[in-house]
Amino acid sequence: MESFFNRYRSITVLLLVILAQLVLVEVQVKNDQDVRLIRVWTVTAVTPVARIVEALRGGGSGFIRNYILLRDAHEENRRLQAELDRLKLDNIYLNNELNMADRAKALAVFQSHTPSRTLAATVIGTGAGTNSKMVLVDRGTVSGVERGMAVVTPDGIVGKVITAYPTASAVLLITDPDFAAGVISQKGQVRGTLKGQGTPICKVDYVPFEEKIEPGEWLYTSGDDRIFPRGFPVGVVKVAHNAQPFQEILVEPSGMARGIEDVLILVEGVHQPIPDTPPASQPVFIGSPPPADTVQPPDNTANTPPGTSAGTEADKLRAQYKDIGAAQGHKFGEGTPGSKPPDFNFKLPGPAGTPAAAPAAGATPQAPAAAPPASKPAVPPGGASQR
Amino acid sequence: MSYSGGHILLSSQRESQVSRFPVWVMLVVPLAAILFQVYVPLFFEFLSFLEMPLLVVVYFALTRRSQVGGLLVGTLVGLAQDSLSKNPLGMLGIVNTLVGYFAASVGLRLDVDHPMIRLLLTFFFFLFHQFFYWLMVRALLGQQLVFETQRTLVLGLLNAVVGISLFHFLDKLRKAS
Repeated sequence: MESFFNRYRSITVLLLVILAQLVLVEVQVKNDQDVRLIRVWTVTAVTPVARIVEALRGGGSGFIRNYILLRDAHEENRRLQAELDRLKLDNIYLNNELNMADRAKALAVFQSHTPSRTLAATVIGTGAGTNSKMVLVDRGTVSGVERGMAVVTPDGIVGKVITAYPTASAVLLITDPDFAAGVISQKGQVRGTLKGQGTPICKVDYVPFEEKIEPGEWLYTSGDDRIFPRGFPVGVVKVAHNAQPFQEILVEPSGMARGIEDVLILVEGVHQPIPDTPPASQPVFIGSPPPADTVQPPDNTANTPPGTSAGTEADKLRAQYKDIGAAQGHKFGEGTPGSKPPDFNFKLPGPAGTPAAAPAAGATPQAPAAAPPASKPAVPPGGASQR
Repeated sequence: MSYSGGHILLSSQRESQVSRFPVWVMLVVPLAAILFQVYVPLFFEFLSFLEMPLLVVVYFALTRRSQVGGLLVGTLVGLAQDSLSKNPLGMLGIVNTLVGYFAASVGLRLDVDHPMIRLLLTFFFFLFHQFFYWLMVRALLGQQLVFETQRTLVLGLLNAVVGISLFHFLDKLRKAS
């Protein structure tokens, strides 16, 4: 070492002297930013070295940490994986909560707009059968749910309550083959019966081939079934084929398009008019009760005895014959073969203002005084005896 | 000490004899050179081209043939010049240090008693001094100093000529070997 300095003594002294004077210069000089050059030089000289040292240190420590000290990596990996799984579940749960909140908000908006009195319910289960299109909701008779009530969403009808338990209810979906509901088309006011097929697509029956209905047309509940109030969206016609005697019409239901997790049970339905535009571009409208022409009592209900509901034509004919038999004192099913049948041409006493036919023996003709006064023509014929 | 008129390179170690000066010479001559550069141009402006301190450094470095001695002389003279100038301390010190070191290094190889060698070396070290000073001013001080090549060459030649005379005068002050 000593010989080294002796050999390079001159150059060493030169460098030291030069370095000392450089330091001396830099101590006195400032750069444009009023920083002494000695500081600038020092930082400039030290920074790369520090960067290299830091890179070496970081690389070395990283190498040691990443490749040598791996004894806890597996356990940490398992722990992180478990935490990741938990966070994924949390994420799914929160997304579901968010979607639920959105659906709840949509239901609340719909509830505030619809004139019908509704009851919000949540689907808590599905039917056990493979082909069963039924769900269970968390509202039952305790909440006022009764069998036969309609179940809807803001997008359309969903089904109807087929069984009401104290704390839950079973809802038959519109896709079930046993489901049926009266529908009416938006444009042509064509009436039909919506039926489920066990598939996501429903069909509409009993639409005569001469009626005009086109794909893309919206269908609404007609209110004829006395379950769904008039004016609720049902779905869009996808296929409409002419056939004899009825058209083949397939409908894509709109009520379950976005799933059914929260529904509304129509505790007290109110009829609404059929909107002019599809429901997607029209807010829920609070309309007046359905027009009178949609609730037309049958003409022959005048002859229907109290408590007898108007049914098919056969039922009406049967009821009429029973009345004729009762008026003539005849009891069906008791006469012996060959006995005289009742006179089926017998004219039953008519409503107010209507002259009764000649009473038969044993018959009790109605007194004219019992007829409603002519000053009340608004009462439908036979209405007094019906109610 | 003898002149080797036939060649300029030192043929043997014996020719490279170290010139010795009295102490007062080593002190007074550099001081006089600095004072000359400071005061003479006040009265004789045309003499401002003379770099007397540089010439003294070159002379002592060449004749003493000691690199350490040469650089120390250059350092002291340069720092003294800096002290009397507006330059930061060390600017001329560094330049003169390098001049002294390299001059001493050359003095170890060449017969620096040869007038032509002295002329050339003085000319060369003047250029080196001017160029390195210009370089340091730009590098360390960030000043845009202009390097006038032709003027520097002329001044270098004039200083070399003056240096020959000065060196001849200073040779009279050397101790007899």
